[in-house]
Amino acid sequence: MYFDSLSEFFNMGGHGLYVWSCYAISLVLMAASILLPWLKLKSTRKQLARQFAREATNSERDIKI
Amino acid sequence: MWNWLKTLYHRLGSPKWFYQITGKWLPWFAVSSVLFLAVGLVMGLAYAPMDYQQGNSFRIMYVHVPAAFLAQSVYMMMAAAGVVMLVWKIKMADVVAQALAPIGAVMTFISLVTGAIWGMPTWGTWWMWDARLTSMLILFFLYLGVIALREALSPQEVAAKACALLAIVGVINIPIIKYSVDWWYTLHQPASIKLTEKPSMPASMYLPLLFMVLGFYALLGWSVLLRARSEVLRREAKSGWVRELLKDK
Repeated sequence: MYFDSLSEFFNMGGHGLYVWSCYAISLVLMAASILLPWLKLKSTRKQLARQFAREATNSERDIKI
Repeated sequence: MWNWLKTLYHRLGSPKWFYQITGKWLPWFAVSSVLFLAVGLVMGLAYAPMDYQQGNSFRIMYVHVPAAFLAQSVYMMMAAAGVVMLVWKIKMADVVAQALAPIGAVMTFISLVTGAIWGMPTWGTWWMWDARLTSMLILFFLYLGVIALREALSPQEVAAKACALLAIVGVINIPIIKYSVDWWYTLHQPASIKLTEKPSMPASMYLPLLFMVLGFYALLGWSVLLRARSEVLRREAKSGWVRELLKDK
């Protein structure tokens, strides 16, 4: 490790606030760039599956009538 | 070679093939992205030596440079996908272009924000209307424009063409971003690392950057594939293979 102590690591020679806020903002946005599309994919799959199931039961009922 | 290209052409145009193959690629992108980013973060934050001029604020470089790099390279990919869509009428190219726009905008935003935060201790200001910063801001607006255009236009084919055109015209901004630091007097420093030259910094400083760039690229692939996959399902909802795929779910 380049720093002598953990507090120095967080302080970054007085630049801690700048450095850590940059990393925090980047990580949050990058995580969102994965999480949001992933949730979207899951919901798309679920929604289509439900739609297909509904269509299948509807067409079965039509045949009986 | 020709036959190989022909199969590639037909396969790339096939949404079903795209969905299947990207399902296999996804875990690789995910794992390499997490690994490279973790290694790059630890090395960059804790092990790289301090810059003698900028102190520890130079560590912002490890997110700022990959983000700015990707912001431009995603834009060129989006324009290239636009060309493929317009010339060869491959619809999948439009799906990819659509999936690229949001992550490109996010990367541009990260590079602008981290640049502003970095500017404070280094230049004493958050923002300057100089060539590099302004051309990056224009890039951000171009991304937003492409995203808004797609939302605003219908049918889908019209929106696809308009987005492709805007993306292609906007490519003019990329060389302006790249050479802005040479053509005009700006606060922004010129590139410290070039592909053709030996880096001007020690390995302990540029290796973390290399890992971060690889990690960012893998994350880009991961995000784009996730977006493209739900878009493929949405667009192909009427075709048999989607029905087959989601039948027992």
